[in-house]
Amino acid sequence: MNNEIDIQIRVPNQTRYLSLIGNIAEDLADHLQEYKGDREALAFHMNLVLTEAMVNAIRHANANDPMEEVVVRITISDNELVILIFDHGQGFDINSIKHPKDIDANLLDEHGRGLFIMRSLMDTVEYRKIENGNVLEMHKKLGC
Amino acid sequence: MNIKLDEHNNGCVLVKPETERIDANNAEALKIELSRLFEESKKCVVVDLQQVRFIDSSGLGALVSGFKNASSRQASLKLCSLQSQVKSMFELTRLHRVFDIFDDAESAFANK
Repeated sequence: MNNEIDIQIRVPNQTRYLSLIGNIAEDLADHLQEYKGDREALAFHMNLVLTEAMVNAIRHANANDPMEEVVVRITISDNELVILIFDHGQGFDINSIKHPKDIDANLLDEHGRGLFIMRSLMDTVEYRKIENGNVLEMHKKLGC
Repeated sequence: MNIKLDEHNNGCVLVKPETERIDANNAEALKIELSRLFEESKKCVVVDLQQVRFIDSSGLGALVSGFKNASSRQASLKLCSLQSQVKSMFELTRLHRVFDIFDDAESAFANK
Protein backbone atom coordinates (compact mmCIF):
# COMPACT_ATOMS: atom_id res chain seq x y z
CA MET A 1 0.00 0.00 0.00
CA ASN A 2 1.29 3.45 -0.88
CA ASN A 3 1.49 5.56 2.28
CA GLU A 4 2.41 8.74 0.40
CA ILE A 5 0.84 12.07 1.36
CA ASP A 6 1.11 14.97 -1.06
CA ILE A 7 -0.16 18.43 -0.14
CA GLN A 8 0.14 21.84 -1.75
CA ILE A 9 -0.58 25.10 0.06
CA ARG A 10 -0.59 28.64 -1.26
CA VAL A 11 -0.24 31.49 1.26
CA PRO A 12 0.38 35.22 1.08
CA ASN A 13 3.99 36.30 1.31
CA GLN A 14 3.80 37.17 5.02
CA THR A 15 5.54 35.76 8.09
CA ARG A 16 2.24 35.48 9.96
CA TYR A 17 1.65 32.23 8.03
CA LEU A 18 4.88 30.58 9.19
CA SER A 19 3.25 28.81 12.12
CA LEU A 20 0.44 27.49 9.91
CA ILE A 21 2.85 25.88 7.46
CA GLY A 22 5.24 24.74 10.18
CA ASN A 23 2.48 23.07 12.16
CA ILE A 24 1.09 21.31 9.09
CA ALA A 25 4.56 19.95 8.37
CA GLU A 26 4.92 18.80 11.96
CA ASP A 27 1.53 17.05 11.88
CA LEU A 28 2.50 15.17 8.72
CA ALA A 29 5.25 13.38 10.62
CA ASP A 30 2.59 11.91 12.90
CA HIS A 31 0.93 10.27 9.89
CA LEU A 32 3.90 8.17 8.80
CA GLN A 33 2.76 4.70 9.69
CA GLU A 34 6.01 2.85 9.08
CA TYR A 35 8.56 5.42 10.31
CA LYS A 36 10.89 3.77 12.79
CA GLY A 37 13.07 6.75 13.67
CA ASP A 38 12.65 9.52 16.28
CA ARG A 39 9.26 10.82 15.25
CA GLU A 40 9.36 13.81 17.59
CA ALA A 41 12.68 14.94 16.16
CA LEU A 42 11.44 14.44 12.60
CA ALA A 43 8.34 16.51 13.32
CA PHE A 44 10.42 19.32 14.81
CA HIS A 45 12.86 19.22 11.89
CA MET A 46 10.05 19.36 9.35
CA ASN A 47 8.52 22.34 11.14
CA LEU A 48 11.92 24.01 11.20
CA VAL A 49 12.89 23.33 7.58
CA LEU A 50 9.55 24.55 6.27
CA THR A 51 9.76 27.66 8.43
CA GLU A 52 13.29 28.50 7.31
CA ALA A 53 12.49 27.84 3.65
CA MET A 54 9.42 30.07 3.80
CA VAL A 55 11.35 32.89 5.46
CA ASN A 56 13.90 32.72 2.65
CA ALA A 57 11.11 32.91 0.08
CA ILE A 58 9.35 35.77 1.86
CA ARG A 59 12.41 37.91 2.60
CA HIS A 60 14.91 37.15 -0.12
CA ALA A 61 13.08 35.75 -3.10
CA ASN A 62 9.92 37.82 -2.82
CA ALA A 63 11.63 40.82 -1.19
CA ASN A 64 9.00 41.05 1.59
CA ASP A 65 6.32 42.00 -0.92
CA PRO A 66 2.97 41.30 0.86
CA MET A 67 1.19 41.13 -2.50
CA GLU A 68 3.23 38.12 -3.56
CA GLU A 69 2.50 34.55 -2.57
CA VAL A 70 4.44 31.45 -1.61
CA VAL A 71 3.44 27.98 -2.75
CA VAL A 72 4.55 25.06 -0.61
CA ARG A 73 4.40 21.45 -1.73
CA ILE A 74 5.20 18.63 0.68
CA THR A 75 5.36 15.01 -0.41
CA ILE A 76 6.06 12.52 2.34
CA SER A 77 6.15 8.75 2.30
CA ASP A 78 7.68 6.14 4.55
CA ASN A 79 10.92 6.43 2.56
CA GLU A 80 11.34 10.04 1.53
CA LEU A 81 10.44 13.63 2.28
CA VAL A 82 10.34 16.12 -0.59
CA ILE A 83 9.72 19.83 -0.04
CA LEU A 84 9.24 22.34 -2.82
CA ILE A 85 8.90 26.08 -2.13
CA PHE A 86 7.84 28.13 -5.14
CA ASP A 87 8.23 31.88 -5.36
CA HIS A 88 7.49 34.32 -8.16
CA GLY A 89 10.04 36.88 -7.11
CA GLN A 90 13.41 37.87 -8.39
CA GLY A 91 15.04 35.10 -6.40
CA PHE A 92 18.33 35.14 -4.57
CA ASP A 93 21.81 33.71 -4.96
CA ILE A 94 21.92 30.61 -2.74
CA ASN A 95 25.67 30.32 -3.26
CA SER A 96 26.29 33.71 -1.70
CA ILE A 97 25.17 32.42 1.69
CA LYS A 98 27.86 30.89 3.84
CA HIS A 99 28.40 27.14 3.73
CA PRO A 100 27.99 25.05 6.90
CA LYS A 101 31.74 24.63 7.39
CA ASP A 102 31.96 28.37 8.11
CA ILE A 103 29.36 28.37 10.89
CA ASP A 104 31.94 28.25 13.67
CA ALA A 105 33.69 31.33 12.35
CA ASN A 106 30.48 33.34 12.39
CA LEU A 107 28.72 32.27 15.58
CA LEU A 108 27.82 35.84 16.53
CA ASP A 109 26.21 36.68 13.20
CA GLU A 110 22.57 37.54 13.76
CA HIS A 111 21.54 36.30 10.33
CA GLY A 112 22.41 33.54 7.90
CA ARG A 113 21.62 30.39 9.86
CA GLY A 114 18.51 29.46 7.90
CA LEU A 115 20.25 27.91 4.92
CA PHE A 116 22.78 26.21 7.19
CA ILE A 117 19.90 24.62 9.10
CA MET A 118 18.21 23.39 5.91
CA ARG A 119 21.47 21.96 4.57
CA SER A 120 22.16 20.26 7.90
CA LEU A 121 18.76 18.60 8.20
CA MET A 122 18.02 17.72 4.57
CA ASP A 123 20.04 15.48 2.24
CA THR A 124 19.87 17.90 -0.70
CA VAL A 125 18.95 21.58 -1.01
CA GLU A 126 18.75 23.19 -4.45
CA TYR A 127 17.40 26.53 -5.64
CA ARG A 128 16.80 27.11 -9.32
CA LYS A 129 14.90 29.26 -11.77
CA ILE A 130 11.77 27.87 -13.36
CA GLU A 131 9.16 29.36 -15.63
CA ASN A 132 7.55 32.33 -13.83
CA GLY A 133 9.77 32.15 -10.78
CA ASN A 134 12.02 29.95 -8.69
CA VAL A 135 11.85 26.78 -6.67
CA LEU A 136 13.69 25.66 -3.56
CA GLU A 137 13.76 21.86 -3.66
CA MET A 138 14.82 19.70 -0.73
CA HIS A 139 14.98 15.93 -0.31
CA LYS A 140 15.53 13.69 2.66
CA LYS A 141 15.61 9.89 2.82
CA LEU A 142 13.63 8.69 5.79
CA GLY A 143 15.06 5.18 5.86
CA CYS A 144 12.24 3.22 7.43
CA MET B 1 4.44 38.24 21.62
CA ASN B 2 3.71 38.69 25.31
CA ILE B 3 6.93 38.90 27.30
CA LYS B 4 6.75 38.67 31.08
CA LEU B 5 9.38 40.55 33.07
CA ASP B 6 10.28 39.85 36.70
CA GLU B 7 13.01 41.58 38.66
CA HIS B 8 14.78 39.14 40.97
CA ASN B 9 15.98 40.31 44.37
CA ASN B 10 19.60 40.02 43.24
CA GLY B 11 19.03 42.58 40.51
CA CYS B 12 18.68 40.11 37.65
CA VAL B 13 15.73 40.47 35.30
CA LEU B 14 13.88 37.32 34.27
CA VAL B 15 12.51 37.64 30.74
CA LYS B 16 9.90 35.04 29.92
CA PRO B 17 8.42 34.94 26.40
CA GLU B 18 4.86 33.68 26.84
CA THR B 19 4.66 31.90 23.53
CA GLU B 20 5.20 28.37 22.26
CA ARG B 21 6.85 29.60 19.11
CA ILE B 22 9.55 32.19 18.37
CA ASP B 23 10.05 32.68 14.65
CA ALA B 24 10.55 35.39 12.05
CA ASN B 25 7.05 36.71 12.74
CA ASN B 26 7.69 37.67 16.37
CA ALA B 27 11.44 37.48 17.00
CA GLU B 28 11.89 41.21 16.48
CA ALA B 29 9.74 41.90 19.56
CA LEU B 30 12.10 39.84 21.72
CA LYS B 31 15.12 41.56 20.19
CA ILE B 32 13.64 44.98 20.93
CA GLU B 33 12.78 44.06 24.52
CA LEU B 34 16.29 42.77 25.24
CA SER B 35 17.79 45.87 23.65
CA ARG B 36 15.60 48.09 25.84
CA LEU B 37 16.68 46.31 29.03
CA PHE B 38 20.36 46.76 28.29
CA GLU B 39 19.82 50.39 27.30
CA GLU B 40 18.28 50.81 30.76
CA SER B 41 21.60 49.55 32.15
CA LYS B 42 20.38 46.19 33.35
CA LYS B 43 23.45 44.12 34.06
CA CYS B 44 21.92 40.67 34.40
CA VAL B 45 19.21 39.26 32.16
CA VAL B 46 17.99 35.67 32.19
CA VAL B 47 15.73 34.54 29.34
CA ASP B 48 13.42 31.75 30.47
CA LEU B 49 12.36 29.65 27.46
CA GLN B 50 10.22 27.19 29.41
CA GLN B 51 7.11 27.82 27.30
CA VAL B 52 8.94 27.82 23.98
CA ARG B 53 8.73 24.54 22.09
CA PHE B 54 9.90 25.92 18.75
CA ILE B 55 12.52 28.48 17.75
CA ASP B 56 13.84 29.26 14.28
CA SER B 57 16.97 31.05 13.10
CA SER B 58 15.30 34.45 13.53
CA GLY B 59 14.62 33.63 17.16
CA LEU B 60 18.22 32.57 17.62
CA GLY B 61 19.29 35.79 15.93
CA ALA B 62 17.29 37.85 18.40
CA LEU B 63 19.02 36.11 21.29
CA VAL B 64 22.43 36.55 19.67
CA SER B 65 21.66 40.24 19.27
CA GLY B 66 20.84 40.42 22.98
CA PHE B 67 24.03 38.58 23.84
CA LYS B 68 26.14 41.00 21.82
CA ASN B 69 24.34 43.92 23.38
CA ALA B 70 25.03 42.56 26.85
CA SER B 71 28.68 41.88 26.12
CA SER B 72 29.26 45.39 24.80
CA ARG B 73 27.91 46.82 28.07
CA GLN B 74 29.70 44.41 30.43
CA ALA B 75 26.35 42.83 31.23
CA SER B 76 25.25 39.22 31.00
CA LEU B 77 22.49 37.39 29.15
CA LYS B 78 21.83 33.80 30.14
CA LEU B 79 19.22 31.25 29.09
CA CYS B 80 17.29 28.76 31.18
CA SER B 81 14.63 26.04 31.03
CA LEU B 82 15.14 25.03 27.42
CA GLN B 83 12.90 22.27 26.11
CA SER B 84 14.81 19.40 24.52
CA GLN B 85 14.15 20.26 20.88
CA VAL B 86 14.98 23.93 21.48
CA LYS B 87 18.22 22.88 23.14
CA SER B 88 18.97 20.73 20.10
CA MET B 89 18.66 23.86 17.94
CA PHE B 90 21.38 25.55 19.96
CA GLU B 91 23.59 22.48 19.55
CA LEU B 92 22.92 22.25 15.82
CA THR B 93 23.97 25.87 15.31
CA ARG B 94 26.82 25.64 17.86
CA LEU B 95 25.24 28.42 19.93
CA HIS B 96 25.45 26.26 23.04
CA ARG B 97 29.11 27.35 23.01
CA VAL B 98 28.10 31.00 23.12
CA PHE B 99 25.33 31.10 25.71
CA ASP B 100 25.39 30.01 29.34
CA ILE B 101 22.38 27.67 29.52
CA PHE B 102 20.86 26.59 32.82
CA ASP B 103 18.22 24.04 33.78
CA ASP B 104 16.13 26.61 35.62
CA ALA B 105 15.97 30.27 36.58
CA GLU B 106 17.31 29.82 40.10
CA SER B 107 20.45 28.14 38.80
CA ALA B 108 20.94 31.01 36.38
CA PHE B 109 20.49 33.61 39.14
CA ALA B 110 22.92 31.77 41.40
CA ASN B 111 25.63 31.79 38.74
CA LYS B 112 26.75 35.42 38.69
